[in-house]
Amino acid sequence: MQVKINISLKTGVLDPQGRAVENALSGLGFTDASHVRIGKQITLDIDAEDSARAEQRAARMCESLLANTVIEDYSIEVIDAS
Amino acid sequence: MRSAILIFPGSNCDRDMMVAVERITGRRPALVWHKDSQLDPVDIVIIPGGFSFGDYLRCGALAARAPAMEAVIDHASRGGAVLGVCNGFQILLETGLLPGTLVRNGGLKFVCREVRLAVQETLETPFLADLSNGSELRIPVAHNEGNYFADDALLDSLEQGGQVALRYVDNEPSRAANPNGSARNIAGILSANGRVMGMMPHPERAMGNGHPSDDGRKFLTSVLEGVAR
Repeated sequence: MQVKINISLKTGVLDPQGRAVENALSGLGFTDASHVRIGKQITLDIDAEDSARAEQRAARMCESLLANTVIEDYSIEVIDAS
Repeated sequence: MRSAILIFPGSNCDRDMMVAVERITGRRPALVWHKDSQLDPVDIVIIPGGFSFGDYLRCGALAARAPAMEAVIDHASRGGAVLGVCNGFQILLETGLLPGTLVRNGGLKFVCREVRLAVQETLETPFLADLSNGSELRIPVAHNEGNYFADDALLDSLEQGGQVALRYVDNEPSRAANPNGSARNIAGILSANGRVMGMMPHPERAMGNGHPSDDGRKFLTSVLEGVAR
């Protein structure tokens, strides 16, 4: 089962990268862009019987390695192949 | 004085640290490969700087889950001393042996220069026993993710509990003295039992003998003699 995990910085955590990109956007005339935040997306296949179980496994992977829950939030999307 | 230095794929300060420790103690540290899950009894484990596992995912994230780190967590849970420098500090935070995290430098640039540090008044720890509170050290930093981050409640509790060991200063902690935007100018912290320390500056690069400063030797001597007592 294909799973998509989105990892983003928690609100309140400074994102210097996002700020630099926002400045660059503004320099290109995109002054309507604000609150730029940069995260990451991890896709993986999980061998699981159903999507509930796949989501459960993905959450455990996030808690134990994929996300640093001190500064990051994660969300999980199971793309059911069937 | 028995010591061990961990090596991960991408560690690059392991040899410098080995030479530094051997010069001070006269005894060569054991070098421990990250796949070793056994750790012979030692007075201190040192996790050196570098780019373990290419800094993939997050700095120190993959190294923190290596078999050798399980042995280090065991060692620490028995009250064993652990020092993490730079990437070693990042690894200790990822294991949870130290609280908080290190994020990208505020200026988005890799910073490589000498900094001034003030030794803080701390809880009881063997590491700083021979360094007086407020004494200043000149030691270089070299990092891209050295910006210490924690929420205000944790920062307050670190300060009140005497767990802040080193701060970036220019006589006083100041914005100009802070190379990376680190919260409250924190350069190094201690665990609640005072036996685990992480720091961004590289003491093994300030050993005199051609280095501009020998304050790293002064610092490491305090650490190594402290844990041997």
